[in-house]
Amino acid sequence: MISGISIYEILTVSTIIFFIGIYGFATRKNLIAMLMSVELILNSAALNFVIFNKYLFPEELGGAIFSIFIIAVAAAETALALAIIINLYRLIMSLKTDDLETMKY
Amino acid sequence: MIVFAAMTVSNKNIMRSIIYLLFVLIGMAAIYFMIEFYFLGAVQLTVYAGGIIVLYVNSVMLVEKINNPLPSVALWRRLLAGFLSAFGIILTLFAVWSYDFAVVAENQAKEISIEDVGLTLLSYGDHGYILPFEVISVLLLAAMVGAIVIAKTNKHEQITNK
Repeated sequence: MISGISIYEILTVSTIIFFIGIYGFATRKNLIAMLMSVELILNSAALNFVIFNKYLFPEELGGAIFSIFIIAVAAAETALALAIIINLYRLIMSLKTDDLETMKY
Repeated sequence: MIVFAAMTVSNKNIMRSIIYLLFVLIGMAAIYFMIEFYFLGAVQLTVYAGGIIVLYVNSVMLVEKINNPLPSVALWRRLLAGFLSAFGIILTLFAVWSYDFAVVAENQAKEISIEDVGLTLLSYGDHGYILPFEVISVLLLAAMVGAIVIAKTNKHEQITNK
C-alpha cells in the first residue's frame, strides 16, 4: 500500500473519474467519444477492485484477477464496438447519435 | 489524473481527447505500480495504453477528418448531466467517507508476485480461477470472430449495388 495515502483518498479519485465518465457519456454526441467515456468508467471500476483487494484483503488475489478480467472484457468490447462503428460509418457517413436510425440496413 | 479525465470528456478535438485518455490510463497504471501490483500495471500499460489507444487513433483517422471539431452540446444538456454527476459524486463520497474500512496494517501486507497471479489463475482449487479464465479466452475468440464478420463487406451486396 502507498504510505501516507489512505483508502479514502484513492476511492475519492476513482469516484470522481467514474462520474466524469458518466458526464461524458451523457453529453457527448460522437460514438467514439462516448466509447472513451465508457473506458473511463471501466477503468475506475477496475481501480476500485484493486484498491479494495490491497487495503482490506492483502493476502488474497481476487480483486487483481477481476481487474485482469475487466481489462480483457474492455479490450474485446472496444474492438467489437469500433468494428461496428467503422461499418456504420461506411453505411451512413456519420458518427452522430442523432443520425443513427437503423440497426441493420 | 482528474484534470486529464475532465479534459477527455470536454475537449472539442477528438484526437486530443484520446491523448488525454492515454494520460488517464497511464496514471492508473502508475497507481497499480505504487501499490505493488506490478503484473496488473504492466497489463494496463500494454493492453490499454498500447492496444486500445492505437485502436482508437486508427479508427478516428479512418472515419473522420481530424481537424473537425466535435459538435457543441446544448447548454441545458451539459448542465443537467453536470448536476447529476455532481450529485452522484457527493452521494458516493458521503457513503465512502462515512464508512469505517477495516484497513489492514502495512506490516501484515505481503507482496504479490507474478508467480502467485499465474498460479491462482490456473489452479483448480478452492480459490482458483480456471473457469473464468477459460470463459474469457472463449469470449476473446468470439469477439475476434465477431469483429471480422461485422467488418467484412458483403460481396453479393457489392455486386448488386454496382
